[in-house]
Amino acid sequence: MKDYEITIGIECHVQLATKTKLFSEVDNDAREKEPNSCVSPVDYALPGMLPRLNKEAVRMAVIAGHALNAKINLLSRFDRKHYYYPDLPKGYQISQLYQPIIGAGYVALPDGTKVRIEHAHMEEDAGKLSHFAGYSLVDLNRAGTPLIEIVSEPDIHSAAHARDYCKELWRIMTYAGVCFGDLYNGNMRFDVNISLAKPGEPLGTRAEIKNLNSFRSVERAVEYEYKRQSKLLDKGEKVVQETRGWSDDTGETTSQRSKEEAQDYRYMPEPDIPPIHLTEEFVEEMKVEMPKLPEDYREQFKGQIADDTLEILLDYQPLVEKLGETKDVKRVSNWFASVLLAEEKSAEYLNDLPSAKQLNDLAEMTEKAELSSTGAKEVFLKFFDPQMKNRDAREIAKELNVLQENDTGALEAIVDQVLNDPACAQAIADYKAGSEKVLGFLVGQVMKASKGKANPAAVQPILKEKLK
Amino acid sequence: MQIASKEVSATSLVKAALEKAKRCENYNIFISLNEEAALKKAQEIDEKIKKGENPGKLAGVPYALKDNFLSKDGNTTAASKILEPLKSPITATSVKKLEDEGAIMIGRVNMDAFAHGSSTENSYFGPTKNSKDEARVAGGSSGGSAVAVALDIVEFATGTDTGGSIRQPASFNGVYGFKPTYGAISRYGVVAMASSTDCVGFFAKSAEDIDLLMSIAAGQDPYDLTTLPNYYETSEVKDVKKVGIIKDFDVKGEIKEALEKEVEDLKAKGIEIVELEMPTLKYALAVYYIVVPAEISSNLSRYDGIRYGYRNKDAKSLDEVYGKSRSDGFMPENKRRIMIGNFVLSSGFYDAYYLKAQKARTLIIKEYEKAFSKCDFILSPVTPNPAFKLGEKTSDPVSMYLEDVMSVPINLAGLPSLAFPVSETKDGLSLGLQLIGPRRSDKSLLDFAERRLK
Repeated sequence: MKDYEITIGIECHVQLATKTKLFSEVDNDAREKEPNSCVSPVDYALPGMLPRLNKEAVRMAVIAGHALNAKINLLSRFDRKHYYYPDLPKGYQISQLYQPIIGAGYVALPDGTKVRIEHAHMEEDAGKLSHFAGYSLVDLNRAGTPLIEIVSEPDIHSAAHARDYCKELWRIMTYAGVCFGDLYNGNMRFDVNISLAKPGEPLGTRAEIKNLNSFRSVERAVEYEYKRQSKLLDKGEKVVQETRGWSDDTGETTSQRSKEEAQDYRYMPEPDIPPIHLTEEFVEEMKVEMPKLPEDYREQFKGQIADDTLEILLDYQPLVEKLGETKDVKRVSNWFASVLLAEEKSAEYLNDLPSAKQLNDLAEMTEKAELSSTGAKEVFLKFFDPQMKNRDAREIAKELNVLQENDTGALEAIVDQVLNDPACAQAIADYKAGSEKVLGFLVGQVMKASKGKANPAAVQPILKEKLK
Repeated sequence: MQIASKEVSATSLVKAALEKAKRCENYNIFISLNEEAALKKAQEIDEKIKKGENPGKLAGVPYALKDNFLSKDGNTTAASKILEPLKSPITATSVKKLEDEGAIMIGRVNMDAFAHGSSTENSYFGPTKNSKDEARVAGGSSGGSAVAVALDIVEFATGTDTGGSIRQPASFNGVYGFKPTYGAISRYGVVAMASSTDCVGFFAKSAEDIDLLMSIAAGQDPYDLTTLPNYYETSEVKDVKKVGIIKDFDVKGEIKEALEKEVEDLKAKGIEIVELEMPTLKYALAVYYIVVPAEISSNLSRYDGIRYGYRNKDAKSLDEVYGKSRSDGFMPENKRRIMIGNFVLSSGFYDAYYLKAQKARTLIIKEYEKAFSKCDFILSPVTPNPAFKLGEKTSDPVSMYLEDVMSVPINLAGLPSLAFPVSETKDGLSLGLQLIGPRRSDKSLLDFAERRLK
């Protein structure tokens, strides 16, 4: 028996892209920084230190809430979650258990399904431990980074669906501008709860795979867990409720902590931070300021761009944003998807895209057949060349000598030149004898004579006319 | 209070204080003296005076700092082993405000470790002795502060009051001790005990002196989100007509006589005495010993031997670093409260203890609100008994807790309260009473004490 239905709920930690930490005034962006160089007495829990609340983090949480189509709670509070570990200097994490800032919402996925959000709360990140033989080192740069933890309902039912949900969350959070979205540096981390049951039966016992930091590992971990749990159930054994870790190298999950060993977090209301009171006006204001989200772009480009092209581009917010500023979205989206993203340095290029005018001009020239599609690609790539990037499409085309000759008079002269060439006599004879095929050869000869500048579409009728 | 001037130099004031401090060594008041830095600062102030510059409202006034305040001067111990004197990179807001006005800290004074206790016997550095009888306790937890003022070593001392830790030692030593409204003075830089009841306050020799200290130290601090918007200086002084006394407290012996005498005095001054029934106050002690240990267990989690402070050198694993360092570093009373706190917060017990206690706390707050609709202030004993003997209650923590029955409800409600000396027992022990006001009535309370209780 193998027909189990898989049920998945995901908790996602999103690091907010604030300038300073949640409760102190030191730099929140610790990437490329010396360990323990972004740490204040609040972060390392000097006695007598009290948390201050970063308003920017609250603002971003509200924006994130809107992006999740969620209810924003006008009253929310912080709580303390206690456990002992060297990455947690105070011995407790300031989180929100009882009254989180973000209530129920949902995420719409590209396939049209929706995953409901149970709630999302604010909390502070912990530090990072590095383990060596016989000792461990603590880096508190990340301690106190503002997070929101987004808790989904168990609405996900396949590994691919889980991956798509995580990816969509990543897109939404980066589009909303609340997260840098650098997964390699842990900007977003996923805890995935997985259980199996036969269809129609109550949910099975779940295992939680902690701390996944790529969409691929989410997908693989779910696939692995399906196999592991279904094997157990097939044998009539039970799935243990526990926390498991994932290894990208072995492709397996391993037990970390069972329910019996689970910590008692001794939650308590945080007495050092008064409740957060938000006004309706503030919450509405954040809605107005909301940048466009993936779903908005899907709506905008519907029917103009192939779905799969759009889904590729949606991974790069600057591209769809730029696309939205251009007129010929079909052409531009193709340049983005098949030319730009094929480039080795495409990641760099995303930060410095051509202007809408450059793209519009290029599209218009292509439309008017002043450029061949190859020529257009060449000009497009020059938009990213430090030497030429600020120049007009036409200027660049001239410089590259790829403008097509459309002028009938000029083309006729070239055609005459070709037709008078003795090397073409045989072909002309063949054509007149009824062989349409040789027309291509003759067009080629005209192109050659024009050094590639003739527009083949314009050449053909002239040739036909002259050979009548 | 004696402030430095052209006639009386700051240096002479500080030298005199330091000499007295040394003469009183037998009382075990100071954990560390701040001699060098104090004399240096005194010289700077004398220079200012000479040059005609403003030396500040507390110019050259020597004071004692309870050893749970962080400051760049000296090391903080909180009278514990686990802080293994802590060199602080920051100075508490309250300390900075005092120092900016020219006050000079001559030393850090003894207390119950982490302010857990009512006798200063829970200090890693041994108990401080009562100023009137060396066989008796100084009270606590701010025992060192009270005795330093009572023996006239310093003009004033800082304290913290979480459940009576200023008022009880003040009344045991015959000095004024003031616990302001919760949130009046910043807690930033003060070693936390219980965040929702901790208050910074003062010991001095008059209500007038405390008024001056409050005008300097009170005020909103961006580094403490629980501080109230500035109100102290701007609040109106009210014309007090009615003073309430609580019928529910079982007051006996010489304390009862002292209270009755004070009531007669007030009546003679035309004050109406209102008898109050406050039945929920009897739950206050139970509520306090749930809420406060819960917060203590949380606030003391940071002392883990990892980043600063004492670490057991024999520990071979992470669990041992935590277990052994905390086991060696905390006093028995600290451990007792941490264990109570962890118990009441543990899952399955939270609702029955902590949540219920918070509900009862709300009722206590309401009871005071009701009382203050009938009177301006409440007059009450601070403790059921005068200072007890050293060692008398150390083996029975609950009997020690019971001494707090009249002081803790005020902390739960966040009210201001002034302990003031009234008389002495026939054995020469100090007797004090406390005057309690509604929230933010601090200035009126001190004004009334200064003008009407003398």
